[in-house]
Amino acid sequence: MLWNTVQLALQAIRRNLLRSFLTILGIVIGVAAVITMVTLGNGATRSISAQIASLGSNLLMVMPGQMMRPGAGSTAKPFESRDIEAIQTQISALKAVAPVVESSATVIYGAGNWSTSVVGTTNDYFTASSWTFAAGRPFTEAELRSGKSVCVVGDTIRRQLLAGKDPLGASLRIKGFAAEIVGVLKSKGQGGMGRDQDDTVVMPLRTVQRRISGSQKINMMMLSVRDGVLSDDVVTQLKLLLRERRRITAGKDDDFEIMDTKEIAQTLSGTTKTLTGLLGAVAAVSLLVGGIGIMNIMLVSVTERTREIGTRLAVGALESEVLLQFMVEAITLACVGGLLGIAAATLVSMVLTRMLLVPYAFNVGINILSFFFSAAIGTGFGYMPARRAAKLNPIVALRHE
Amino acid sequence: MTAPDTPLIELVGLTKSYGEGAAQILALNGLDLRVDEGDFVAIMGPSGSGKSTVMNILGCLDTPTAGSYIFRGVHVEALTGRQRTLLRRYFLGFVFQGFNLLARTSALENVELPLLYRGIAKAKRREAARAALDQVGLTGWEKHTPAELSGGQQQRVAIARALVTSPAILLADEPTGNLDTKRGREIMDLLTSLNRQRRITILMVTHDHDLAAYAHRIVRFVDGSVEPGPAGAGAP
Repeated sequence: MLWNTVQLALQAIRRNLLRSFLTILGIVIGVAAVITMVTLGNGATRSISAQIASLGSNLLMVMPGQMMRPGAGSTAKPFESRDIEAIQTQISALKAVAPVVESSATVIYGAGNWSTSVVGTTNDYFTASSWTFAAGRPFTEAELRSGKSVCVVGDTIRRQLLAGKDPLGASLRIKGFAAEIVGVLKSKGQGGMGRDQDDTVVMPLRTVQRRISGSQKINMMMLSVRDGVLSDDVVTQLKLLLRERRRITAGKDDDFEIMDTKEIAQTLSGTTKTLTGLLGAVAAVSLLVGGIGIMNIMLVSVTERTREIGTRLAVGALESEVLLQFMVEAITLACVGGLLGIAAATLVSMVLTRMLLVPYAFNVGINILSFFFSAAIGTGFGYMPARRAAKLNPIVALRHE
Repeated sequence: MTAPDTPLIELVGLTKSYGEGAAQILALNGLDLRVDEGDFVAIMGPSGSGKSTVMNILGCLDTPTAGSYIFRGVHVEALTGRQRTLLRRYFLGFVFQGFNLLARTSALENVELPLLYRGIAKAKRREAARAALDQVGLTGWEKHTPAELSGGQQQRVAIARALVTSPAILLADEPTGNLDTKRGREIMDLLTSLNRQRRITILMVTHDHDLAAYAHRIVRFVDGSVEPGPAGAGAP
């Protein structure tokens, strides 16, 4: 009997394909929306984690001033080379301590020019921010000490100015002086906030201080914590040391800030997870609306098919068989809607993730959940119309115009 | 199967009333009727004389307020709703004035419908439906939907649908009401031959004297009961 009823339901659905499709459109869109939102959200979370990991693992960034507080920052005094030395000698849990002086400059090679950011630092910088060399070498001790005019370039610079040429030994003009390329960095790709990390020129700290920034100031320090050491402990030690060196008396606030990439990663991925949940919930509402659409059409269909129901009852259908037929119709519609929604979501997610440059991954959990949710909606919203159909009085139904 | 003296259908003092108290309407007022196996009975009477009410009660679509409806010795008025549905499924065939075929469904599938509810396998269903369509002269029209068939053809499909289960009785409520005279006569010829050749009992409601003449006997209804007289012989 069940199989017969399923056949009847399928027959009824096939008899009016267009309307059946319109009926399930709400479910299709609802399921597709939920899955796409969650897939995109997960992709974004993973992409953010990956970007932060590419900044360097166990990385601490130390900046003068308090970024998170209004009005502060500019007045705090910058770091000096002696701060770097002090940190290197007093905190043993650090793998690398790199001063960073960053300024923007136009780089010229032959007829080409390119505006980029020039970073003055030491070889620790390559360790701290996880750079590897595609060609050439880092700076020598002598180059660093004397502030020699040499540089290591990122992949973007190589592509923009030196395409097809051997970059090693070539000489770039930066702010009116020539700098010989001694190394090329391996590409890291897009960084956080859409910044191209490969668009960079790295030079010895002294060279930049003397020839570009014109001061002894250090804008930022990048510290890399040794593996297996808790970054929280290092942050505490660092705080004490810097407070002492910057003569901050007890009770006063820090005039510098330490950012832990691990913490940022956690915060950011936490935020995107919340957003994913929120978007998914909004999409789930549309799924519910889709269910109401099914109920609406099924109710209309019961009225429209009153004579048909009367005929079925007259040729010997039991109330329970009519109920079952309409239930099966609703559930089948909802399930087909769910499947189409999954197909649509897969397609849309693939396209959108490519456009938004986030990784795509088929999320089994949310697909299964959405499918069963839509099936449940079909069952729930299909019951009322089905009951109404089964309870029809055959005499009245047969006379219905 | 049934003793010759047991009628197929016997109605005794059948009463059906609608409404309560002063607004009460008596649709049937102590009606007696007997239909034997193989009989062909035409019911005639003015509107409101209770023809349709009797058909609904005979078809187990409605229940009487009082009196008995005995089908092959079984008191139908004592059955449950489910039992009445099963009686309808296994013993009764309906032909309606408005045909009541399923739209957008082929003639073959329409005829198969009662077999589906009987749980008969697909191949057997097909075979039986084809045979029934053949019997009403619609071979070659199996794939056509009601919209593609004429009124007469649609009524033939409806008769095939009623026949396919080999019912004990065919209940026809003005089967020619929506057809012109010529098509009406064709349908009557068909019913007559079914009655003769397959010994199917037929109970038919009609307004037309000429069509009623096809039946073995005519029962006239007046005000919810059978009109006494030579033509309205409720019992021999």
